Amino acid sequence: MTILVDKSTRVLVQGITGGAGAFHTKQMMDAGTNLVAGVTPGKGGMKFEDRIPVFDTVAQAREKTGANASVIFVPAPFAADSIMEAAAADLDVVVCITEGIPTLDMIRARAFLAGKRTRLVGPNCPGIIAPPVSQKLGITPHRVTKPGDIGVISRSGTLTYEAIGQLTALGLGQSTCVGIGGDPVGGVDFVDLLGMFERDPDTRGVIMIGEIGGAAEEAAAAFIKDNVKKPVAAFIAGRTAPPGKRMGHAGAIISGGKGTAAEKVAALEAAGVKISPTPAEIGRSLASLL
Amino acid sequence: MKIHEYQGKELLRRYKIPVPQGEAAFDVEAAVKAAHGIMEATSNETIVVKAQIHAGGRGKGGGVKVVKGEAGVREAASKILGMNLVTHQTGPEGKKVGRLLIEQGMDIVRELYVGLVVDRDKRRVCLMASTEGGMEIEVVAARTPEKILKAWFDPATGLLPFQARDIAFGLGLADKQVNKAVAVMQSLATMFVKEDASLVEVNPLVVTKAGDVIALDAKVSFDDNAAFRHKDREEMRDATEENPVEAEAAALGFSYVGMDGDIGCCVNGAGLAMATMDIIKHVGGEPANFLDVGGGADAQTVKKAFKIILSDPRVKAIFVNIFGGILRCDVLAEGVVGAAREMGIKVPLVVRLEGTNVDIGRKILAESGLKIHTAKDMGEGARMAVELARGA
Repeated sequence: MTILVDKSTRVLVQGITGGAGAFHTKQMMDAGTNLVAGVTPGKGGMKFEDRIPVFDTVAQAREKTGANASVIFVPAPFAADSIMEAAAADLDVVVCITEGIPTLDMIRARAFLAGKRTRLVGPNCPGIIAPPVSQKLGITPHRVTKPGDIGVISRSGTLTYEAIGQLTALGLGQSTCVGIGGDPVGGVDFVDLLGMFERDPDTRGVIMIGEIGGAAEEAAAAFIKDNVKKPVAAFIAGRTAPPGKRMGHAGAIISGGKGTAAEKVAALEAAGVKISPTPAEIGRSLASLL
Repeated sequence: MKIHEYQGKELLRRYKIPVPQGEAAFDVEAAVKAAHGIMEATSNETIVVKAQIHAGGRGKGGGVKVVKGEAGVREAASKILGMNLVTHQTGPEGKKVGRLLIEQGMDIVRELYVGLVVDRDKRRVCLMASTEGGMEIEVVAARTPEKILKAWFDPATGLLPFQARDIAFGLGLADKQVNKAVAVMQSLATMFVKEDASLVEVNPLVVTKAGDVIALDAKVSFDDNAAFRHKDREEMRDATEENPVEAEAAALGFSYVGMDGDIGCCVNGAGLAMATMDIIKHVGGEPANFLDVGGGADAQTVKKAFKIILSDPRVKAIFVNIFGGILRCDVLAEGVVGAAREMGIKVPLVVRLEGTNVDIGRKILAESGLKIHTAKDMGEGARMAVELARGA
């Protein structure tokens, strides 16, 4: 089994006719994703690649195709609106790849999601890939993945690929890999996903990749201590980052002396998590626990 | 993006938040002229001369002077303009002062603190207030956290009147000052949302002898992601406050942070870029920079990234660490080869490639005829770069 998505998930792409949307939609099709629709306002009625019907609104796409998940490639100024449109259409999962969404827009979108069934992944993330069911909702290079029973949760895109690549090289396949994104305000977090992986009978161990800034890793550590029995290995990026400097991601900043890698590592170690000393040993750190 | 205090106060004025009468000055004569206008309008000889730099702690560093009359203003302005102001936030190298704010003096009865930030865990805007005005909020939070009052609000509702009243009473305000402080806090909240701020700090917010509630300082930063909604904001940018290399990189669409070491890094993705710095340090080296070329990089971007890395004379080796997802390895390899040929890179170049089209990428590097050290993983790449930098 996998988390968030399964074999029956029917995927639509918001912003399917844009440059990034079109490129990655083809990649997702190549990975075997169950892609059923696209949405671009004003382009309803056309067909993407002569196959995938495009609609003006998410609600129409859902009604006509039974889509229950969405991947968003809409430009940043309009992306929060797209998230809310998908949630208003009651989709189960919404993955937002878009980078650079204003923080207050995300606060509004999160408030809009309250009480709704929709789970948001991202923004500013590589999305979800579930190799056992050949479903890719995002941009992870699927050729480095391998079906298996390890879960991956990460705040960073390319470090997710790094971890997947290391696992695959060790012969350890993945159940589901989820990039939660590098922004200060996003959707599902470490705690949500650790709970899902703990409950998933087909996931044997979990890799979590955090970075400096915020307190999500500390919250994860507290959760693991009380609720997670499966082995967890972690890497925290940014041990050498200077305070007060934004390290690429809007959320990766040590401010007011808080959010340092040292604090996060200490909290996770205290919760029994195996810390990978370098980014080159993430896969081996988990393998040592199995 | 950060702005100066005088620009922040102009913004506060627009939201009808009381600030002292004041004017920015870029030279001594302008400072004296501004002071005359203020003295006339307020019938008061007391003037505050404040250095305008983006860092805090200016008072302790000698960047703020309370003086009397024209002679006092002239002396203070001459002293502060052009001085190298060192505060705990500027680092030991300090910051040269090029702008002043000339302001009316105030009779202060109480100094309070009000600040607004995004609380990422609660996913709301948080207004913090404290009776310990003038002190750094981090210090208050560490020593006496019970003295910080907080209220969280949704951008859609703004700070509600009862929340602002709770805080005002909690600060020990009474009578007319309660409503005055409530108005200030609500306007600050409105301003935070309308202007897409990431930080608004008024430290101190003062109560004057006359019973007014006035913002004596204003520290404002904006969310860069929302710049598209505020096109006029660019004119508030002070280029002298920014690192020119970091600004150039930002204009080219990637992020760069200069460090003190000698190994130049070229990486795709913020997390991997941080991790690359970490692993260089782990194997005994020092990174010269954080550089994320981004997911959408092409051969041109890579070339420009190399130019920026090589503009740092301390760089003794370059480590290119790429896990191609959106960025294809063949595109990256072409960029690296092109840059190496065009610029005649003199320092050792270590390349680690993985991901989309990695085989074509490796072939391009191998067949380029250039001396490129290829690494099979990031651990090996980091060790090679550190050793080569030592040998250089």
